[in-house]
Amino acid sequence: MRDLFAVVMLGGIYSLLSASLFLDLDAVDVAFTEASVGAGISTLLLLASLKLVSRYERRTRYKPALALGVIVVTGALLIYGTLDMPHFGSADAPAHQHVAPRYLEDSMEEVGVPNVVTSVLASYRGYDTLGETLVIFTAGIGVLSLLLVSQVTKDESIKKVPADMQQQIILRVVAKMMLPLILLFALYVQFHGDYGPGGGFQAGVIFAAGVILYTMLFGLSNAQRVFKREILELLTAFGVLIYAGVGVVCMLLGGNFLDYNVLRHDPVHGQHLGILLVELGVGITVAAVMITIFFKFTWRTVKHKYIKE
Amino acid sequence: MELVIDIISWLFLIVGSFFCLTGGLGLLRFPDFFSRIHAASLTDTLGASLILIGLMFQAGWGLVMAKLLLILLFSLLAGTTASHAMAKAALKSGLKPLEFKKGVYKELSGETSSKP
Repeated sequence: MRDLFAVVMLGGIYSLLSASLFLDLDAVDVAFTEASVGAGISTLLLLASLKLVSRYERRTRYKPALALGVIVVTGALLIYGTLDMPHFGSADAPAHQHVAPRYLEDSMEEVGVPNVVTSVLASYRGYDTLGETLVIFTAGIGVLSLLLVSQVTKDESIKKVPADMQQQIILRVVAKMMLPLILLFALYVQFHGDYGPGGGFQAGVIFAAGVILYTMLFGLSNAQRVFKREILELLTAFGVLIYAGVGVVCMLLGGNFLDYNVLRHDPVHGQHLGILLVELGVGITVAAVMITIFFKFTWRTVKHKYIKE
Repeated sequence: MELVIDIISWLFLIVGSFFCLTGGLGLLRFPDFFSRIHAASLTDTLGASLILIGLMFQAGWGLVMAKLLLILLFSLLAGTTASHAMAKAALKSGLKPLEFKKGVYKELSGETSSKP
């Protein structure tokens, strides 16, 4: 398929379908993440990047037969590898023998958070989540360094280029009604993650989606009056700093890295505080990175358009 | 009393499912983009909201009902706006609605695209 727009749309549909698959498997948190990150923001960012490049893929001059062969062989090997694994849902799989029962049975006493997924993600597996946050941070840095466009221009009029959808009155009115709800929902997902499905990743992405909606309808300059570029770039690092900082504070208080028990006198309270802070850090980084990437893309488009005219 | 509520709720659910089904059928069978989008928007306004109302009767007063109400409001706003945006985008990029004349579908003649 050479129409990249259709490819992006199919990717989004695929994500949404797999989200419903996860929901069917009772993995609500994963489904939520897949729906908001996979179907939502990545489709949006891909569409934004499609605006920078052309819509149709160029014809390749080489024959990709060798690449296809490598992929088929690798895929076959991977499938062969799964044959050794325990059957799906089998009770004597290693994961169901010692790790999962411990999390399910002791999490309420040790961590005291009703949503076990959050306690696994932010407390038991705190290192992994720190790594994931760092990956997102690195992605943001990567985009920033690839699109090395400085926004400092002498010409002030370029800042007043209206948004593409400036004229769409219906969209603007509806967006104005929905925007507070979207941002409020993001905060709800952020701080309710201990009790229900949700957490920093989803909340950050939903918040960013709200800001992106605003940017598309009301223009980059309006959005950047609220979300200053410098502050956003600072916030991408600040979230990671909060996360790692909590770990360091734990060490200073005499525990291990990211061992929240020592944060308060009561271990369970310490866990609550630690998880709250860590999720906040994740949310800040994710939202700031997504908004920064979108702003960079939009800035490129605005600049190209302006130069052309 | 419970029986009455159940009957009302199931009435809403069945009518809602009917609209979802016809919406899906129309999406597959209608001849051009604009009539298809009409069918699709039927699914997420009438179909979804009737089903949500039916579920509200099942839930009774409480937090679940409030959440369902919010979902209903949100989907009404978002669904209709999305359909409008898609139809407008198609019209703007030059797609013309079909016209049924003497047993054949033909592209509608005349200027249809709105000025930007």
